Amino acid sequence: MLLHNLPPGQAAKEMVHVSATPVLALRGVSKRFGAVQALTDVELEVHAGEVVALVGDNGAGKSTLVKTIAGVHPIDEGSIEWDGKVVQISKPHDAQALGIATVYQDLALCDNIDVVGNLYLGRELKKRGVLDEVEMERRSRELLDTLSIRIPSVRIPIASLSGGQRQVVAIARSMLGEPKLVILDEPTAALGVEQTAQVLDLVERLRERGHAVILISHNMADVKAVADKVAVLRLGRNNGVFEVKSTSQEEIISAITGATDNAVTRRAARNGEAQK
Amino acid sequence: MSTDKTSTTVTKTPAAENTEAAAQAVTAVDPRLLVREQGFAGYLSEFKRKMKAGDLGSIPVVLGLVVIWIIFQSLNSNFLTAGNLSDISVAMVGTGMIAVGIVFVLLLGEIDLSVGSVSGVAGATFAVLNVSHGMNEWLAFLLAILTGTVAGAIHGFFFARIGVPAFAVTLAGLLFWNGFMLQILGDNGTINLDSDGVVAKLTSYYFTDVAAAYGLALVATVAYFLSSFFGNRRREAAGVPSRPLSETILRTVLLAVLAFAVAIVYNQYKGLPLAVVIFLAVLLITDFVLRRTSYGRKVFALGGSVEASRRAGINVELIRISVFAIAGTFAAIGGLFIASKIASANQGAGAGDLLMNAIAAAVIGGTSLFGGRGRTWNALLGVLVIVSIQYGLALQGIASPVQYMITGGVLLATVVIDAVTRKTQKTAGRA
Repeated sequence: MLLHNLPPGQAAKEMVHVSATPVLALRGVSKRFGAVQALTDVELEVHAGEVVALVGDNGAGKSTLVKTIAGVHPIDEGSIEWDGKVVQISKPHDAQALGIATVYQDLALCDNIDVVGNLYLGRELKKRGVLDEVEMERRSRELLDTLSIRIPSVRIPIASLSGGQRQVVAIARSMLGEPKLVILDEPTAALGVEQTAQVLDLVERLRERGHAVILISHNMADVKAVADKVAVLRLGRNNGVFEVKSTSQEEIISAITGATDNAVTRRAARNGEAQK
Repeated sequence: MSTDKTSTTVTKTPAAENTEAAAQAVTAVDPRLLVREQGFAGYLSEFKRKMKAGDLGSIPVVLGLVVIWIIFQSLNSNFLTAGNLSDISVAMVGTGMIAVGIVFVLLLGEIDLSVGSVSGVAGATFAVLNVSHGMNEWLAFLLAILTGTVAGAIHGFFFARIGVPAFAVTLAGLLFWNGFMLQILGDNGTINLDSDGVVAKLTSYYFTDVAAAYGLALVATVAYFLSSFFGNRRREAAGVPSRPLSETILRTVLLAVLAFAVAIVYNQYKGLPLAVVIFLAVLLITDFVLRRTSYGRKVFALGGSVEASRRAGINVELIRISVFAIAGTFAAIGGLFIASKIASANQGAGAGDLLMNAIAAAVIGGTSLFGGRGRTWNALLGVLVIVSIQYGLALQGIASPVQYMITGGVLLATVVIDAVTRKTQKTAGRA
């Protein structure tokens, strides 16, 4: 069931729990790298308190799309709307200023520095020019508590943490700037079962706190577990936006692989038209 | 370090309920959490855990120093006299200052091979400006230190901006600055310094009043106690884990014993040496900068992960250049102390084993060669070990070839300890 095809009233009913104006909306976004057309006319909407999973095969344009939003690659055509207003995102700083936080796959934490130091790296709290360790530690514990993140101690170096714990610390770090939109690039890749669950719990908590979340994942179980909507990209184009509750995994996978679009289905469609 | 034990009930949305993985995640308390017991018992258990995890800190070097002192004392009863210990502590300041700069560079995970030559340039610059050209000695002093800063900044520029490996840049610097020093010293080679001048006074001045050494020991002890006491009070008020009072008192008592023992030794000889006071002040300030300011945090971050630092908005180039400039500055300061000790600037300054001793001092003290781990106080411990060996062997009348071999052996032992503890820390998940 494609949301685009729903009558407006029904679509609105499906989304009563979210705000009317999307936090972020991409309208007909295209991006070209030399001879490669990475994105063509991509549409995407994310509302506050909503988790949108962005799925697609390798090379479908997920990473490129995320990088256009994060300001790493400025878009060539189309427009980006933030809270209903058209904005220009031409460098990472622009995205941060709007309230977009991105957690990349390589987490970029400093192994030798403790959790508090990593959370506040580059934006240390200072008191008369000196690091205010006490306040940073207090706020770190507060932040980790509100996100129900369990780590051994906020004063141990990142090197002592497991992969899942590092992931949640990286996500918690993105929360410090109170972003409206959080982009998570494959947060559960290379994580064990329980650690994956920890990260998914955290994603849900982000939603409960009213953040909009874009989640890139290859793992359909994760997507079904936490996402509200699934946006499928295929060969740099939209290949449908699905409501997770009412869509089967097979439907999503066939949209990703393009299994619905082959000689047999086209024949069936032709025959159907012919019978009318 | 306690962590709150309350288990959290996760409110689940319908979407999550159908995943078994998510359901399993709601366990009570992770048994692996480090919960530190309160009070003194907690301190001991924490200490044991750290030992097991290979987090040895300064313990190997302190033990090594004690062993070295016992050996030399048993060979020659003049070794542990007030006069010899006082001389060791004054002689170590020159190399120690250079080692402080090396600690900064090692924290980045880089190396500076030029510090020996740069220290020679500083001594020569001062001698030429002050003695040969009759410039005001304070101005000459300042300019001599600035030559080190500029030399370091140049190395930093080529490393950070152009991307030449620090090893290669500073190796070039080693040759260049040595040649530069010989050039400005000119034909006569050695310039004697004014024995009453500011540079000569650096190592020859002693606070002869006994109150000076005792006063400094008292001030250090009280200042340490007050800062940890009020620091802990503030932590308690903010509701974050704090040290128990018993631990603060224990540390203060240890510091007091050490400080007054040193003061007694100094007062038995000529009094409190000015050089040592300056060195301690430098160590205090640099340690404060590295641990308590955002600049220091950035230096550590670069030693941990350059990419993470860059993404956190840290100006990587600027920090790198500044760290090399700091190393050059301390090399110059060290060079002035060394010139002060021999009251002249000569062609041999900054050559020989000075560079290796300075690097060895930083590493022996416990600064990691792999970056991101270390303190400037390590330079004090390391240089104390090296100069103790030098003085002990000299007392025995053992020639410098043997000195070199022994210092080399000590350095090897230290880097082995560094590599082995790093391995243990890795298996214990702490590196």
